[in-house]
Parts: sequence; C-alpha cells; structure tokens
Amino acid sequence: MDSTAHAFKDNAHKALGDDQLQEALGNLRHGFTQRRAQARDQLPEFDALRDAARDIKNHTLAHLDLYLERYESKVSEQGGKVHWCATAEDARRTILDICRSVDAKLVTKGKSMVAEEIGLNDYLEANGVTPAETDLGEYIIQLRNEPPSHIIAPAVHLTKAQVEADFRKNHSELPPERSLVEPEALVQEARTMLRQKYLDADVGITGANFLIAETGSSIIVTNEGNGDLTQCLPKVHIVIASLEKVVPTLEDVSIILRVLARSGTGQEFTAYTTFSTGPKREGDLDGPDEYHVVLLDNGRSAMLGSEYQDVLRCIRCGACMNHCPVYHAVGGHAYGWVYPGPIGAVLTPSLIGVEEAGHLPNASTFCGRCEAVCPMRIPLPKMMRHWREKEFERNLTPTAARSGLKLWAFFAKRPALYAMLNRFNARLLRALGGRKGSLRSLPLASGWTDHRDFPAPQGKSFQELWAKRQNGSGATPRTPGA
Amino acid sequence: MSARDQILGAVRRSLKRAAGDGAEETVSARLAEHPRGPVPARAQLPHKEQVALFQEQAEAVQTTVDRLADLSEVPKAVSAYLSSQNLPQSLRVAPDGRLGALPWQAEAPLLEVSTGPARSDDATSLTPVFAAVAETGTLMLRSGPESPVTLNFLPETHIAVVFASQIVGSYEDAWQRFREAGNDSRLPRTVNFITGPSRTGDIEQTILFGAHGPKRLHLLLIDDVP
Repeated sequence: MDSTAHAFKDNAHKALGDDQLQEALGNLRHGFTQRRAQARDQLPEFDALRDAARDIKNHTLAHLDLYLERYESKVSEQGGKVHWCATAEDARRTILDICRSVDAKLVTKGKSMVAEEIGLNDYLEANGVTPAETDLGEYIIQLRNEPPSHIIAPAVHLTKAQVEADFRKNHSELPPERSLVEPEALVQEARTMLRQKYLDADVGITGANFLIAETGSSIIVTNEGNGDLTQCLPKVHIVIASLEKVVPTLEDVSIILRVLARSGTGQEFTAYTTFSTGPKREGDLDGPDEYHVVLLDNGRSAMLGSEYQDVLRCIRCGACMNHCPVYHAVGGHAYGWVYPGPIGAVLTPSLIGVEEAGHLPNASTFCGRCEAVCPMRIPLPKMMRHWREKEFERNLTPTAARSGLKLWAFFAKRPALYAMLNRFNARLLRALGGRKGSLRSLPLASGWTDHRDFPAPQGKSFQELWAKRQNGSGATPRTPGA
Repeated sequence: MSARDQILGAVRRSLKRAAGDGAEETVSARLAEHPRGPVPARAQLPHKEQVALFQEQAEAVQTTVDRLADLSEVPKAVSAYLSSQNLPQSLRVAPDGRLGALPWQAEAPLLEVSTGPARSDDATSLTPVFAAVAETGTLMLRSGPESPVTLNFLPETHIAVVFASQIVGSYEDAWQRFREAGNDSRLPRTVNFITGPSRTGDIEQTILFGAHGPKRLHLLLIDDVP
C-alpha cells in the first residue's frame, strides 16, 4: 500500500473538518471502550492472563527461529506448504504464482492486515485475478476503493447512510425502490451478493491471527463466518501471515485468545475461532485440495533484538486505537498507511522508515491509555519516544520545531527567567481571554485554534500555584504528626 | 541462499542467542509438555455447574438451547424448532452414525431429511460436536467424514447436538479431551470453535446477525449425565 504518512498533518487537518467522519467517529469513542471495560470486569483473572500472554510472546520471540522451523515441519507433515517471503514483493509474486497454477480468475478474501501491508488486491487485479473481499467492512471499503481505517473495524469511518449510498450505486442490478433503511437490510444484501462469489472462487485467501508451532495450524478469529466460507469452498486455501504470529502450543494460544476479543470488541469470545491445518484429508467431503502459508518477514526480523522488539507481541486487537484521543479525533486514514493509531505510530516507522512516517510517533498526547489497555502490555509511549529521539538525531525534525525547542531550552536552563516569563504569559493570556475565558485565535497555535477555542489560563502560572499549594493553607502537611 | 535461510539467518542474527545455550531443549520441552497457563476460576466448577454455566454463556451470545432427556427425542425437537421459527421442514444431517440412526421417519414424518456436506441451498443443518466449553458457551467441532465443515457455515440455521458429558470447563480441558481421544497434536483439517450465530458490527457498531454464517444457532442439549 502507498503511504501518505508524511502528510499526517494535512490528513489530520482535513479529517477534523470532515463532518461525516466526525459523526462516524462519534460511534467509536464510547462503544468499544465501554464494552472492553465490561468484559474486563467480568473476568477477575484478566490482568493475570495479560501477564501470561506477554510472557508467552516474549518466550516465543526469543526462540522465534526454532519455533518457525518446528511450525514449518508440522505444516509439511500435514500436507501443506510454507512459502518464506522476505519482502512484500516476494509475497505478492508467490500468491500470484499459486493463483496462476490453478488458473484462478476469482479469489475470495477474508480480512487480512498483512494483505493490506503488501498491497495484494491491486497487484492481483493488475495481473488479471479478481480479488473479492468478503468481510462486510472490507467489502464496503473495496466498493469505495479505500483502505481500512481500523484494524478490526475497517469501515468504522463510515456512516450507515454512506454505506447505503455505496450499495445503491454498486448493486445497480437490484430494484432501486428497495428499502435499505434498516441496517439488517444492508447486511442481508451483502450476504446475498457475496454468496455466489464464495461458490465461484478458485482460491480463498485468509490472514492468520496465530500460527501454532506444535500442530502446524493457522488460526483465524472472526465474527461473520466469511473467513470460513472463504477457506472451505475453493480448491486452494492460501494463508498470509507475518512471522511473529507463531505461538508454541494449543494451551498457549488458549491464554492469548482469552484476552484478544475482550480487549478488541469487548466480547468474551468471538463467534468463530478456526484452527486450520493442511488441506482436505482422506475421506473429507469438503475443504480445499491445497493449503499454502505465505510467511512474510518484511522488516520484522530486523526489529528483533532492537528497542522495538516488544511491538512484535502485538495481536492486532485494536484496543490501543479504540482508546486513543488522537485516533478518536482524526480516525485511521489520517495515519496514511496500513496500521493506524498508537500501534501504527510505532510499527509504521519500523516497517517503512522514520523519514516517511516521522509524524506518527509525534501524533500522541502521551496520555498512556494505549499501554494501559494493551493486552500484551506493549510499552507504546516509550517506543514512540524512541522514534522521536531517532527523528531528532537524524535531523528530521522541522527547523521551526528545532528552533522552538532551542528557545525553550534557553529559558529552561534559566529558572528565574523561565518563571518570570510564565507569570507574564499567564496574565497576558488571561487578559486576552476576557470574560469568556477563552481565545479564538492565538499566534503559533492555529493548529489548535482552527478547530476549537483555546482556554485561557486563570491568571497564575503553574509554578505560582504549586508554590502556594506547598506553603499556604490547604496544603499537604509537610511535617510528620502535624 | 534460499529465502528460508535468509529469513532464519536474519532472525538469528537479531536474536544473538549464544550457541549451546539449551534453546533447542527448551523449545522441545515446551512443545512436548504444552504446559497450561492461568485458567479462570469460572472454568473450574463441578460438572453440574459447568453444564449450567455453558447454557447461560451460550444464551448470552444468542445461542438458543433446548434440553432433552434422550438422544431419541432429537427428530421431534428439530421438527418442533423449525415450526416455531417458521422455517421449512427440511434438514441436512451430518454423516454421523448416531445422528443417521435416529428414527427420523417415525418421529418426524413431515421433515425432509438428507445427509452429506452442505449445498448452497440447504436451509438448516444438524451436526454433532466434539466438545463444548462452559467458560464462554463455545462449541468445538472437529472436521472429518462424519462432520463436514460446510454444514457449520453455509445454512442459515445450524442445529447442533451436544451431550452434557461433552461439556468441559475451559479451552484447555477441551484440548486435553482432544489429545486423549488419540489425536495427540495431530489436528484434522479444521477445528471450529463456535460461540453463537454469525454477527457483524461493521455498520456503525450495531450488532447484526447472519452476516455470512448462520443467523441462528440452536442446541439440543442431551442430559446424559445422571
């Protein structure tokens, strides 16, 4: 997928002014967070399971080469084939070759972020193979020729009215007078449109939430059942997965599955968790004749052993973006590449370079909610800070920001001057704020004031208030026994 | 150099593990012993309570449950369920010995019964399960000649027969049964964990049923444990 991560600021600016997007994001701000909190409260062992899940992934990553070898030998034992792909280009070509080997015209696809990462759909289409997305959200955005804006809810940036308009435009063979007011009607229509595609497809491509070294299985975790129809009806099943998806055993994955859905959608468990191992067996009455796993590196092996290794624990639940104030404000497309939100802010510079994606680790308030809700306890803010440091070291920070920081450092090293300037600023801003107590515009702060008023300070600087609190009435007693 | 060697080499270089550090043995032991992690307390109840929890959890995700005293009641129960939902009296049954041997003709004469994997126009399927997990009301189905996978996904209505004796507390317990049944760590082509009917939240986060898989999941729970 082509990146627009370098244009984050423009993207974000546009997103803030997009009324339909803002309406759609309104649904997101509360739903996922409340449901996760409920799911957590219903399971007293939730935090203990998070610790165990983190430990499982840490152990696996520390032995990744060995687990990948065991995994591959199990896949082969069960009649499947693993294709090792160092780059996105290798993976695209491998998938196309498999499609061509069975003369495939139509390919059905379950949702896969790795397929987005390698830009699979455009590539297949350019080479005469039609990809049909089957996940409802992915189907909708494929009609719109858009990338997903969320890793588990790809069409979360759209309103129902937009979906209805897309269906009317694209399903022109259906009677125009049909009612699509009820969301059920939209789901039914997509179900009908996709049914024949499952049956006609020559190849089914799915992603994988996990790979299991013990058994050679790939796992998909879904709610719709589209991934299952995608893999059990065509002659060939291709799994595309990045190499950090491997876990050792069925017991290990049971632990991680307990925190995955609860963190993401807030469900105790998703409707379907499917373990696929090899092709159709002797006597089986359905299932594919071939089972391929396209195992992608694309920069991950270089992250091992680095300060970004922890991000390879990610299980793509989406909790970090569901709880991120920046994501809530601008949505997923503003981030400009496959993975939005806090996970994208760390992963995108690792995978496509800090030169392209340097804005993303800066798109954070450092409130820490992402780390607080991450089921794998990934220290996302710490890693964003690492990227900011790298960006600064490599002189990628814009001149204005560098001069600003220098100016700030000048005052910060002169505390008396700093305090004086702050006192002056606080009083000035209060005076400018007037009776309303807020400012409609402010020099150098248009990024804020273009979209909302800037609340004026109350008249005293933080240092003054703190000093008063320490010395004056109502302060915390400082002497024991006082 | 093959892509495989190139990638594994890159992983090894990044990990900088010392040779002879026992990593091979650690990995082999973990795979052979497959130790359990923390299992939630709710999954460790006495069996009777597990059955109750299973039903409660299944119903919480819109699975419907009909409790029967004996397997022989299944034909009547299927027919009655289809009538109650205004569904056609037609059923695609998994080629499972016990289900096939039921007195379909005598007990449900109106029901049109056929056997085999699902066809695109089958409205309702009936399948066995391998186990059922109380902690989240989850079914575990194992693919094979007697349980084709298409029956779990193509029809709009999926009916499954669950014996109380098949209900276990946790996912780990289900895998243990699976291993004890002689499978060890050899999995069939698919193992399906199914928890409620198909659903989607892709349009404005409103939960809607029957996105691609079944709109209804109905269980006939046989009380075979005294």
